[in-house]
Amino acid sequence: MADETASQGPLPVVDWLKLPEGGDPYLEAHKCTKCAAIYLGDRKHCSKCGGRDCLKATRLSNDGTLYAYSIVFRSFPGIEVPYVSAIVDLEGGGTVKGNLIGVEPDPEKISFGMPVQVVYKDALGRKDREGNSYISYFFQPAQG
Amino acid sequence: MSDVYILGTDMIKFGRFPERSVPELAAEAAHGALDDASVTIQDIQAMWSGNLGQAAGMVGQRTLQEIGQTGIPVVNCANACATGATAFRDAWLAVKAGVYDLVMAVGVEQMGRGLLGGAGGGTGIPKEGLLGSGTMPAVFAEAGMEHSRKYGTTFEQFAKVSVKNHHHSTLNPKAMYQIETPLETVMNAEMIAYPNTKLMCSVNVDGSAAAVLASEKKAKELGLDRAVRVKASVLSSDPWQERDLVMPDVNTCTRLAAKSAYEMAGVGPDDIDLVELHDCFATAEILHYENLGPCAAGEAGRLIDEGETALGGRVPVNVSGGLLSKGHPLGATGIANIYEVSTHLRGEADKRQVEGARLGLTHVIGLGSACAIHILEKVD
Repeated sequence: MADETASQGPLPVVDWLKLPEGGDPYLEAHKCTKCAAIYLGDRKHCSKCGGRDCLKATRLSNDGTLYAYSIVFRSFPGIEVPYVSAIVDLEGGGTVKGNLIGVEPDPEKISFGMPVQVVYKDALGRKDREGNSYISYFFQPAQG
Repeated sequence: MSDVYILGTDMIKFGRFPERSVPELAAEAAHGALDDASVTIQDIQAMWSGNLGQAAGMVGQRTLQEIGQTGIPVVNCANACATGATAFRDAWLAVKAGVYDLVMAVGVEQMGRGLLGGAGGGTGIPKEGLLGSGTMPAVFAEAGMEHSRKYGTTFEQFAKVSVKNHHHSTLNPKAMYQIETPLETVMNAEMIAYPNTKLMCSVNVDGSAAAVLASEKKAKELGLDRAVRVKASVLSSDPWQERDLVMPDVNTCTRLAAKSAYEMAGVGPDDIDLVELHDCFATAEILHYENLGPCAAGEAGRLIDEGETALGGRVPVNVSGGLLSKGHPLGATGIANIYEVSTHLRGEADKRQVEGARLGLTHVIGLGSACAIHILEKVD
């Protein structure tokens, strides 16, 4: 149940979604300084090359293309269906999974490689036990 | 180094047995394998037990409490859906290394119903349906759609896998289901995660399977009449891939294991007479045609269209009914497919017998990921 006493503003849905004060939200990855492998979220060592303490924070692009997807019709109780579970390759590196919104959940309307944008919105009204609301990221077809 | 042989193997008919315990189910397959090998638990020098649901529950020792507590070493294995095959492989390793002459591997699972997986973790709200889907049907749907993206594979082609495997299971009395599912039935079944309909998802069942493995010396002593030679046993984990974090890669670890297995066995994909592979979802089977070598990259759609992987085709795949219709008791699956291939090599598969089968391959994937491949050979 939402608790009306929630004192904080919206929280990021994952710790690698950054909400800088006075700035635009963005997704943060960590990039290996030795082999350039990219990881979502914080990480100390590189699982591609085995390098140690060699990862640096990097800001991911909000532009990408649809790599693969599924249209989900059956999920856990309480989860609204259908929705499009999408895997998106971002410009400049990094692959992210999330909901593709703004398209009909119909394979005829979705094409591989279609340009998409990362957008940041409320997390479908979901709140935690303390009543905090969350900001999530979504993909939508790129404008123009 | 001398070869290792399967002297006895069995599986129970897969089904739903909520009133029975996990060790009870394991004991039934273990007894079957011991009888099949014409040995007793007193002859067994070590045991490997595969189970996922009670991975911390000493299932192997509890199985021995059912069949005979002889004081032998017991190893309990968990390796996702590769659990049973991992137990078998480690049993094989110990015999191959010359430590033991006669050992047993048992895989068992009791499953609930419903969806496995789900996106989660991190902060205090559910992520499923918010950051895409982490359910298994969706994860394997996405892996299938990657294949569609590359090669234009269609929903209908994926669905044909399910038609074939359900047909095969009508010939297997130990399969969960013996029901024909024509193409329209498969395609019009409830859509779970496009392109996987309900009939294109493996069945959660309870089950167990076991095998008795022997050194060459012991096998010759006990009789090679119905023995099956283990030509290759390979385990791999998933090498780094750029989309790993959001898209589990079942392809690279399979290709890696397949390459090693063919090298170890000294054979090629064209020599294989039948394959039991990890069709946890219909989409997955299509990927593994190319990963395991029945066909080249991009040809899997054609392979299913032309019936080459059906019983009677060039290289029958999942003649047991596969995970789709025989059922998928996670910890038992890897040994159950070894049972299936062994049964064909022995010429004892009755109505579903692959005629003249001499070499067979088994494959499982544990998401996370582990891949286990075994190549088995008929003994002349």
